[in-house]
Amino acid sequence: MAAVNLLSTRAICKEYGGLKAVQNVDFDLPKGEVRALIGPNGAGKTTFVSMLCGRISVSSGVIEFEGRDVTALPAHKRISLGIAYTFQITSIFNNLTAYENVAIAVQGRLGNATNTLDAQTINALTRVGLESRSDQTAGDLAYGHQRLLEIAMGLGQKPKLLILDEPTQGLSDSEINEFKALIRDISKETTILLIEHNIDVVMSLADRITVLNFGEIIAEGTPDEIHTNAKVQLAYLGG
Amino acid sequence: MNKPLVLHLGLIALLIVLQFVLPVYHHGVLARVLVMATYAMGYNILFGYTGLLSLGHAMFFAAGLYGMGLSVQHLGLSVGPAFLIGILASALLSLAVGLLALRTIGVAFMIVTLMFSQTIFLTILYFNSITRGDEGFVIQQSVRQIGRLDLSDPSTRYFSALALFAIVLLAVLWLVRSPTGRVLIAIRENEPRAKMLGYDTWRYKLAAIVMSGTVAGTAGAAYGVLFGYVGASFAQVPYSIFPLLWVLLGGAGTVMGPLVGTLFMFYLIDLSSAVTDAYMLVVGVVLVLLTMFARNGLMGVVRERWLKWLP
Repeated sequence: MAAVNLLSTRAICKEYGGLKAVQNVDFDLPKGEVRALIGPNGAGKTTFVSMLCGRISVSSGVIEFEGRDVTALPAHKRISLGIAYTFQITSIFNNLTAYENVAIAVQGRLGNATNTLDAQTINALTRVGLESRSDQTAGDLAYGHQRLLEIAMGLGQKPKLLILDEPTQGLSDSEINEFKALIRDISKETTILLIEHNIDVVMSLADRITVLNFGEIIAEGTPDEIHTNAKVQLAYLGG
Repeated sequence: MNKPLVLHLGLIALLIVLQFVLPVYHHGVLARVLVMATYAMGYNILFGYTGLLSLGHAMFFAAGLYGMGLSVQHLGLSVGPAFLIGILASALLSLAVGLLALRTIGVAFMIVTLMFSQTIFLTILYFNSITRGDEGFVIQQSVRQIGRLDLSDPSTRYFSALALFAIVLLAVLWLVRSPTGRVLIAIRENEPRAKMLGYDTWRYKLAAIVMSGTVAGTAGAAYGVLFGYVGASFAQVPYSIFPLLWVLLGGAGTVMGPLVGTLFMFYLIDLSSAVTDAYMLVVGVVLVLLTMFARNGLMGVVRERWLKWLP
């Protein structure tokens, strides 16, 4: 593929004691793509993306973002370069209003130049359909709305790369359909890396899919290619 | 309309009026409460807004108190410059303690701040010849003047305490509604998330400790200037617990809470001890009731029930 890689990793590993959670992963994510990362439980998906956004450090290997080596950068600096991460387990500011939640995210990008903060906050809330609930306390929102609030926070960051860690977990079917439409909309302007268990979501959203098993990439390709890949079927069904 | 600003300016106006109507005894009490409430407001920046529980704020209060007092006593400075040295001493101490203590979180942070504070207390005792140890020393009335203002005069003292309180009150009000305040609150609510939104939370926490410690130290320096006594008891554990108690009672994370809590605690002791020798029992029962039924403190309840916009 001729496209420029937004993010690449070379031989990154994460070891916990003797356990190799992620080993020698070479991964390239071209700009503008929606990439899904799938794999059985414990395959190392969350560990892998946590290394990308800097929540945990690598044991060895190199991570490049926009051609720049970011391996040694702390999380907050990588975020300011344009990576956004939404947590697998909903992580919002429960005691603050939905508005404040998003405003904190927007301000992280704007710094102290906050004259457009209000407009951008409302804009992000509107895109996920939460504008009418902006004054509600985030912790009181329905679960589905909390997940949407997380997405709104990600949008407020206007990231170049949006990493979504199991965003549809616990959502109803109708919510998942709305979510898919939302991601398609967001993908017009942002590269997306999606960890997802719901195979229907993966098949309908992803341009390409990367499959992780036991901390290693076992396959990568278009949804159709992955669908028929023997190694992937073995990993999921057991052999 | 800016409701919070109007409300807090109204509080300051009320305190100005009280100066002219309060009986002598309560007038003196309120001057002292205003200085201690300033101390508590400093504590509240760190505890109420940033979510870091320090058990060692007495060291910052003492740094201001002794920075000021020792400069008068040994360097022969007048109280104006000595007051500034007190503020500077507490700023430097809070920076140093912050750099070390922020390597820890949670309970360890509490223990580390407690230990540092004890070290400061023991240091004061150790350098007995300079600090006069436990006994402390008096700042003579003749030196407690700035220009022609006699700070030991009750009325001047009240207004000086009120001026300090008002400045800090408005500064805290501005801080907590500023972009920086928003980040501090985000750290209090969910630090890992704040970090993943691109904030260098460590730096914000350090800034919060320095602001908090400096305000505490400013209150300490003012206490020495206005009430003329510098003593090691102010560096002891109870003086680290008081601001926590006042802030919890008044409402952690509310701008007015520290004043309300300090005032409430003072009059609770004052009034109950007038009635019975077992006043600590009364105080204890009231505190237990408050923690059971007003978990967010008095102003916290006001915010929940009536004034949602209260900063």
